Amino acid sequence: MKPTTAEIPGRRKFLKDSAALMGGLVIGFYLPFKGGRAMAAEGAAKPAPVYPPNAFIRIAADDTITIVVNKSEMGQGVYTSLPMLIAEELEADWSRIRVESAPVDAVYNHTGFGMQITGGSSSIPSSWEQLRRVGASARILLVRAAAAQWGVPESECRAENSRITHAASGRMLSYGDVADAAARLTLPQDVALKSPGDFKLIGKPVKRLDTPEKITGRAQFGLDVYIPDMLTVLVARSPVFGGKVKRFDATEARKVPGVQGIYQVPTGIAVAASGFWPAKTARELLEIEWEEGAGAGVSTARMREDYRALARTPGLTARKDGDAGAALKSAQKTVSAEYEVPYLAHAAMEPLNVVVDLRADRCTIWTGTQSQTMDRAMAAKTAGLKPEQVEIHTTFLGGGFGRRANPVSDFVIEAVQVAKAVGKPIKVVWTREDDTRGGHYRPMWADYIEAAIGRDGRPVAWKHTIVGQSITAGTPFEAFMTKDGIDVTSVEGAATIPYSIPNLEVGLHSPKNQVPVQWWRSVGHSHTAFVVETMMDELAHLAGQDPVQYRLALLDKSPRYAGVLRLAAEKSGWGKQVLPAGHAYGVAVHQSFDSYVAEVAEVSVESGKIRVHRVVCAVDCGMVVNPDGIRQQLESAVVYGLSAALHGEITLENGRVVQSNFHDYVPLRFSEMPRIEVHIVPSEAPPTGIGEPGTPPIAPAVANAVFRLTGKRLRSMPFDRAALA
Amino acid sequence: MSSLNINGKPVKVDADPNTPLLWVLRDHLHLTGTKYGCGIAQCGACTVHLDGRAVRACVTPVSMASGKQVTTIEGLAETALGKTVQHAWQEVDVPQCGYCQSGQIMAATALLKENPHPSEAQIATAMDGILCRCGTYNRIRTAIQNAADELKGGAK
Repeated sequence: MKPTTAEIPGRRKFLKDSAALMGGLVIGFYLPFKGGRAMAAEGAAKPAPVYPPNAFIRIAADDTITIVVNKSEMGQGVYTSLPMLIAEELEADWSRIRVESAPVDAVYNHTGFGMQITGGSSSIPSSWEQLRRVGASARILLVRAAAAQWGVPESECRAENSRITHAASGRMLSYGDVADAAARLTLPQDVALKSPGDFKLIGKPVKRLDTPEKITGRAQFGLDVYIPDMLTVLVARSPVFGGKVKRFDATEARKVPGVQGIYQVPTGIAVAASGFWPAKTARELLEIEWEEGAGAGVSTARMREDYRALARTPGLTARKDGDAGAALKSAQKTVSAEYEVPYLAHAAMEPLNVVVDLRADRCTIWTGTQSQTMDRAMAAKTAGLKPEQVEIHTTFLGGGFGRRANPVSDFVIEAVQVAKAVGKPIKVVWTREDDTRGGHYRPMWADYIEAAIGRDGRPVAWKHTIVGQSITAGTPFEAFMTKDGIDVTSVEGAATIPYSIPNLEVGLHSPKNQVPVQWWRSVGHSHTAFVVETMMDELAHLAGQDPVQYRLALLDKSPRYAGVLRLAAEKSGWGKQVLPAGHAYGVAVHQSFDSYVAEVAEVSVESGKIRVHRVVCAVDCGMVVNPDGIRQQLESAVVYGLSAALHGEITLENGRVVQSNFHDYVPLRFSEMPRIEVHIVPSEAPPTGIGEPGTPPIAPAVANAVFRLTGKRLRSMPFDRAALA
Repeated sequence: MSSLNINGKPVKVDADPNTPLLWVLRDHLHLTGTKYGCGIAQCGACTVHLDGRAVRACVTPVSMASGKQVTTIEGLAETALGKTVQHAWQEVDVPQCGYCQSGQIMAATALLKENPHPSEAQIATAMDGILCRCGTYNRIRTAIQNAADELKGGAK
């Protein structure tokens, strides 16, 4: 998800405010028996003078180091990479590191966004300085405590592998020995960080800390939470977005053994039962008449026509260099094309779910959320409590992809509403069908581009009009992500096109309808990279030039784009490698979340079916924290993008979502999996995003390969709708 | 009342005989390693072994499991084969979000039990029914091949 970086007005303000809020870094240690987690929560937002027992590190007497991670682990590896940042400077024994998820507290706020949230591929970039300082401050205090105990100068002591040694006297103390004393010391003010050349852990492949739990079934996801006296609830929601219950009859449903109660809640009818199966059985027996409202009129077939027409009209100007209209009129070689991409569900493997224990004066929530601060605020508002009275336990997330950072806290608010109605601890479970049909999709988009090249083949004009819903309109994010009517996430990757084009215009229409939309892995880039990079391929073809060379010539002012493009071309053997008969390469390059990724896809078309055999990725994400984590994320991002490119589509008829489960909303399966190679550009730049940037280039890379094979341009997704036979 | 044998232990469960085994494991026994993903045998997250064969617990009525040995991810390490597969998974660092991995490991173990030396094509066929949205398929293949090599080594 977004937001990220400089495009967002006000980000600098957030940075400043959050730094002030934290009052410098708060580091502390305490032995578990002295109070545990609650202490961290109490002390968190207070200014530095009172020693706030901190938040990120706990060192036990047995030298176990618990790192409290303030980002949600949804597969992207933050339970490993973030502890690495602390451990590096702490000089910790990595084998004794444990991880715990953070409670909700201001001290755990994202350093850029001023709230606790995981998204925008920003966990490493936003924690890079912060957590290394946390680790370094802790190390200084531990050394200071040991030196004081020995009565020797700190400068004679050395910290390594969770031990402090004094070489001259041959003495040694473990971190656990001095943790308690260190916790009483005043925080150091000026903390020097290591230079990258001295890193022992950062930059080395490190195995994930969560793997043992995840291969034995012990890892606890939200759906795995069972608390005493808890009922399982399934909600019958309106088949049409925005619909309300007109009347319902639960007579038959109530007869199902195990059903404990049936309640009307704002989102529909809640069936509370002793378990999932009776709840589901009973839900199917409900008779509900819906007041469907305007949402019943939504049809994606109709929208497609409307969007295409709108794309031919001028929208709000997101970028204007030169005069594209005039340049198009005078150009000799022009090309124009329409593009369409559908609504997409996130379809995380774990369907949405929330456990709520609501009492008169407190509310405890267990869920896999990416957005703790906002969810807590909305849960409190719904429950009629103060945010401090709401506790959220963030479990492992069985995939997030943005869905679990819902900008209006949809699934959390509903669960609290259900808890209020039922009056007992509840777990709201979304079935796969509920999850697929629950909205908050990646928006459907239509684009129209007119472009022209000059005599030398270089583009002289580019006029791009984008049509699609704003994902931030009507959410708390609108205020700082939409400016002059332009949602930055709608045009990112299009208005920020890196190629040197003298006459360039990007326009935007943001129509509204009842279908809730939201960020989806790589956000606006998931659509703009497809449009921009397939059109660039058309221009290269029109110019009669090699697609890689053509792009490189236009990336003269964008060395990091050019760097990944060259690397992917070199590693794939672009232009040199002799491919099997019927195979072709396609290429695309894109920057998102401040990282640069080029992908070369080796593709064949067999009986009209696209097959992707191999994807060579080159990435420049600045300094590398965990190279194996980066490989995992690129592999994952490619597969996620490829699922959408080949198969993914949510359509609506009469306001109803057509797809429901994995048979008609189809993720990539094992037998379709390409080989994926990841090559990382060495860099000393600060680290940038890695969870999402691998997704945008895959669809255009595949489409461009298909053109080479078939002469057909794929301009709409999913590709398996195209007739290629 | 259904009488079951789960991970080598006899258990009695008071559930409607049509209740899918998945929900008996999860809601009645709190064996949460077996996951719900789709409920219609499309994703394989609920894969368990019934007398050693991989089945989808979400569409297996508990009545069908009666009198048979049910093995879930929680009981997999009881066998040398299960341990070997889990070890291979650990070495390759397969999981990302991890939600599908119980099903992947159960399916892989059932494959290797029937076919200790599967070809790439056989692995793809056997694993095609188990979805992963994080894209861990290549690592799964590597882990299965490593486990097969390990087993071969052990037999020598």
